[in-house]
Amino acid sequence: MARSDLTEITLDRLSLRQVAQIRSVDWEAMSENEGRRLRALGLDEGVAVEKLHKGMFGFNDPIALKVGRMMVAVRKSHAMAISVVLSD
Amino acid sequence: MMTEAAPLIVLAGNPNAGKSALFNALTGARQKIANYPGVTVERKAGHFALPNGRPAELVDLPGSYSLDPTSPDEAVTRGVIMGAQDGERKPDAIIVVLDAANLDNHLRFALEIIALGQPTIIALNMMDLAERDGLTLDPAKLEELLGVPVVPTVAVRRRGLEDLSAAVENRLSGNAPVAEPVVAKERDHGLRFQAKKIAQAAIVSETAGRRWSERADALFLHPVAGPIILLAILFVMFQAVFAWSEAPIGWIEQGTEIAAAAVEAGLPDGFFKDFLIEGAIGGVGSVVVFLPQILILFLFILLLEASGYMTRAAFIMDRLMASVGLSGRSFIPLLSSFACAIPGIMATRSISDPNDRLTTILVAPLMTCAARLPVYAIIIGAFIPARDVGGGVGLQGLVLFGLYIFGIVGAMIVALVLRSTVAKGPNAGFLMEMPKYQLPRIRDILLGLWQRAWIFLRRAGTIIFAATVVLWLMLTYPKVPIDSPMSQVDYSAAGRIANVIEPVVAPIGFNRDMALALIPAMAAREVAVSALATTYAIDAPDEEAEARSLTERLQSRWTLPMALAFLAWFVFAPQCISTIAVTKRETNGWKWPTFMLVYLFALAYVAAGITYWTAVALGL
Repeated sequence: MARSDLTEITLDRLSLRQVAQIRSVDWEAMSENEGRRLRALGLDEGVAVEKLHKGMFGFNDPIALKVGRMMVAVRKSHAMAISVVLSD
Repeated sequence: MMTEAAPLIVLAGNPNAGKSALFNALTGARQKIANYPGVTVERKAGHFALPNGRPAELVDLPGSYSLDPTSPDEAVTRGVIMGAQDGERKPDAIIVVLDAANLDNHLRFALEIIALGQPTIIALNMMDLAERDGLTLDPAKLEELLGVPVVPTVAVRRRGLEDLSAAVENRLSGNAPVAEPVVAKERDHGLRFQAKKIAQAAIVSETAGRRWSERADALFLHPVAGPIILLAILFVMFQAVFAWSEAPIGWIEQGTEIAAAAVEAGLPDGFFKDFLIEGAIGGVGSVVVFLPQILILFLFILLLEASGYMTRAAFIMDRLMASVGLSGRSFIPLLSSFACAIPGIMATRSISDPNDRLTTILVAPLMTCAARLPVYAIIIGAFIPARDVGGGVGLQGLVLFGLYIFGIVGAMIVALVLRSTVAKGPNAGFLMEMPKYQLPRIRDILLGLWQRAWIFLRRAGTIIFAATVVLWLMLTYPKVPIDSPMSQVDYSAAGRIANVIEPVVAPIGFNRDMALALIPAMAAREVAVSALATTYAIDAPDEEAEARSLTERLQSRWTLPMALAFLAWFVFAPQCISTIAVTKRETNGWKWPTFMLVYLFALAYVAAGITYWTAVALGL
């Protein structure tokens, strides 16, 4: 993989308006049900996401992501289980 | 019957695909709402005519992301589609509703359904919005790739409806050209990539560009402006409940007065006349008066939901809700509970985490519902002076606001305790799709309001009417003998029961009349007001006393600490049979409604007690 030298960060560390591609998801960090919901909402390996909004002032939680043409809210605890690489 | 039964067509699709709008457009106002047997999932059914004039039954299935259910709603959707749901025939055809602007996500569920090989039609809905977003789709290409008919629709503008019913008819008669299904049965990843591939092939052109919905979110989801706007909306909502309802409440009061006067003039004195005036008109009238407030509250909630703002409110509130172990998803049911706990508790179905859901159900009755308003209004009106405490804020309004806050804080503390005891579990996540903003359709809002009004009036005509009548009978009989020194109320059956209860509630400052009002108020809180009115009407020694208002009578018989204790009691007391019943239904058993009854009565007793003792100690 030519891109393996790119830095991976977890999704919660993404800045606003930054676009990234999901590299891997730690499915063990959540229940089976939650994993299924995550995938149902389009959050899965290989998908491009953009961070659009974050929660109330003082908190970076939850965050709103653009997944495809859909906007999805995710909590920080789940975002931390998702590794992304920044798109250029 | 067997051969002529109307074919059953079901509407399936992701949440926010516009399913309900399509359902309303196809069936009109003639809808039947019930529950599936044994579960608490709503079954919404209606009829529409196929092009050949034959009627078809249409059922709107709960929105689902997948045939792999993660909530009771999704389990029913799966059950019906598979033909394995109690209380439903196997559907003759399935209409899968897709949001045209969100194809790659919505196609995933569609592919799952198509793979089942049942007669399926795709309604490519909200084509207008997709076009406005700069998205051009090729329905014919999509049809070719999916192997099932694809009909573009705009449900809210009633576009494509005829084509859709024609496609359904074709499918039913079995002469639709069915291509070889290109869909292989795959799970999860494979399915999603396939969905994405098909979506991309069906998209003719796509222009990027910031859309107005995103621009609106830059404001509504702003970390600082967002919460302020949310607070402002809630403030306007609660203001409107009182400000806008004044006039219609006046009309209803006039109506009941006219009705009572007509009965007074037109009927001979006696049992039937007393029954009509004191029991039926007085009792039910004192409750129907609150219909305007309930409708205004529901109007706001329906508008917030239909516009898509409600999910933004959930997003903003999530962090705060997380601090008591809940999630933003609980915000919507709890906000609805300010109108009435019953729709609030039913709205918890969308919460997938069982502990989150249970906690939300158990604290929902602590949100000050519209049924408490009559009780609060009459007691506050009688005992709290209409004084200005500065800045145009009235003392009465302040006390009312305090009671709302009291309930909210109580709910937060209880939620925190429940989440670390009976509803213990890992802090659930908050995963939610936030749909694009939409202009609410007046027709859909009016339909929703009408359904709410009907439920309330039916309740007033049944439970509340029955409770008032039974109380009136128990207060009127047995008749006190002329030479007895006892009053009619003390001598009556209800009075004797109240005298037994009184020692239990005497420590928290309640007198016999209050104890008496609590019994029928078990049916519904607002009955407390009609119960007090009925009691004091029967107890009046003469005509002149009878003419005094309930307010004056309360002032002459209750002290301020007693009144405050009564208010505190109603913040917590679970006095609503319907809430208990819906909790039993939603939790499948008596365990949790019993728990709810016990903990809320205990809280009510303690809160009323503390209020009373404190007020007495302060010399109020």
